[in-house]
Amino acid sequence: MAIASASALVAANGPSLQFDTSFFLNFVFHPSPALLGGLAITIYASIIAQAAGVILGTFSALAGMARNPILRAMSGLYVWFFRGTPLLVQLFLVYFGTPYLFGVDLFPREMQLGPFDLRGAVVAGIVALSINEGAYMSEIIRAGILSVDPGQTEAAKSLGMTYGLTMRRIVLPQALRVIVPPLGNEFNNMLKTTSLLSVIAVEEIFRVADAANSATFKSFEAYFGVALYYLALTTIWSGFQRIIERRIGVSAAREEEREGILARLFGLGREKPEELTMPGGGR
Amino acid sequence: MTHIEEGILATLGVEEQPSDQVVVVEATDVGKWFGRLHVLKDVSLTVRRREVVVIIGPSGSGKTTLIRCINHLEKIQRGRILVNGHLIGYRERDGLLREDSERNIAHQRREIGMVFQRFNLFPHMTALANVIEAPIRVRRVPEDDAVATARTLLERVGLGHKANAYPSQLSGGQQQRVAIARALAMKPALMLFDEPTSALDPEMIGEVLEVMKELAREGMTMIVVTHEMGFAREVADRVVMMDEGQIIEEGTPEHFFRDPSHPRTKAFMSKIL
Repeated sequence: MAIASASALVAANGPSLQFDTSFFLNFVFHPSPALLGGLAITIYASIIAQAAGVILGTFSALAGMARNPILRAMSGLYVWFFRGTPLLVQLFLVYFGTPYLFGVDLFPREMQLGPFDLRGAVVAGIVALSINEGAYMSEIIRAGILSVDPGQTEAAKSLGMTYGLTMRRIVLPQALRVIVPPLGNEFNNMLKTTSLLSVIAVEEIFRVADAANSATFKSFEAYFGVALYYLALTTIWSGFQRIIERRIGVSAAREEEREGILARLFGLGREKPEELTMPGGGR
Repeated sequence: MTHIEEGILATLGVEEQPSDQVVVVEATDVGKWFGRLHVLKDVSLTVRRREVVVIIGPSGSGKTTLIRCINHLEKIQRGRILVNGHLIGYRERDGLLREDSERNIAHQRREIGMVFQRFNLFPHMTALANVIEAPIRVRRVPEDDAVATARTLLERVGLGHKANAYPSQLSGGQQQRVAIARALAMKPALMLFDEPTSALDPEMIGEVLEVMKELAREGMTMIVVTHEMGFAREVADRVVMMDEGQIIEEGTPEHFFRDPSHPRTKAFMSKIL
């Protein structure tokens, strides 16, 4: 529809630049309640789906490295399926497919979840995003865990620590510095990927912008305006990401120096000057 | 300050028992393969309370593997290992040994301290946090008590002033002494040392050996894989020579210095002395 209206516009006015500056500025800087509502959905859907993805991914990664072959197979199957099929298909599968499969309306129009009154489509969207994200996080967390020196696990075991304690207190905290940079990229992706929820009628910002286009035919202004919103979100997130990585990166740099020449020159028997721990922090 | 008179073990409240014949470790006909490689061939070893046993042998002789089997960091395929009379890592049912549950194995390992060649301190924790971690999380010692014990232990290994340093801020010798304190904090009945000085610069070996000697003199039961024959001569009750997965000779340190009987032992001793 957007394409048809755009070509009609070009036919009527000839090939001259069409840009309604005041509409655009108004759209961006005086956002409608609908756009603000959409922004809220985009943000909380991203955060919830990412958090759930990290949790799912952690369990999947641990299952994938378990001794039990059934757990390993389940993790492998999960990652294989959800990384190997399009998110859009998974979204439809969850929202339209599963209620049909189970014969129950899993995602009714209105859903009361504790204090929150959510639309079923939003819930279905978050569920699909979470499951999909979990599959990617599984691989990231697995790589992080494998990056930790096996001697750490042995030391923890030799002290009588159980598997759970070893993971929680010793391995995962150290895996974090390998996990966090790609995790930041995943969240950057997630902020943008929520736009797919528009196809199941979730009123996130892209859907609101699309509706503005339909109502006004100001296609470029509406889509460019919403693009700037995504850009603002990802830019703000990049700032956070840099801060987080710098904090984790400092301790990483310290560890890497342990066996390096710097440690031998400066680390023997006295406190290291703080500057020496800084280079190489973050990415 | 009376505690200066006390030993490392005394700070833990471990009673100095009279030297007796209680068996701490009893390994019987232990067999182990890495794939096709037969790394332990019917190894039997008995270690009594307060005994210090030094295991020597060329690399690849199975000495490290043997002590790693004693706290079940490695599985065994034949034989059995008892520590304080309890089967380690396995449960016996209908005459067959099955690997024990992860939780039970963890429980058994509380009694067996281990010091690694590469120290393996937790790099994201200070020296003090390394030492109190297991007592608090595993033994459920109240934090104040754990901290007090840890500070005393760090003091005893000469690192009281480094309690708040991270491992990366410590030298190899200091890290290894923290690692010893960390293992001791669990009040183990037995300490295993896997080449504790092999990764150290020569000038740091002495400080680690001093701590180990003090422990030995105080009556800690120890199994030490090392090539430090000076250490063996001073504190070992027994030296065990391994070669190609077997114990080929056993005796006092003096025996090994004066007249080792096995030709391979002779050759080996002439290389390391």
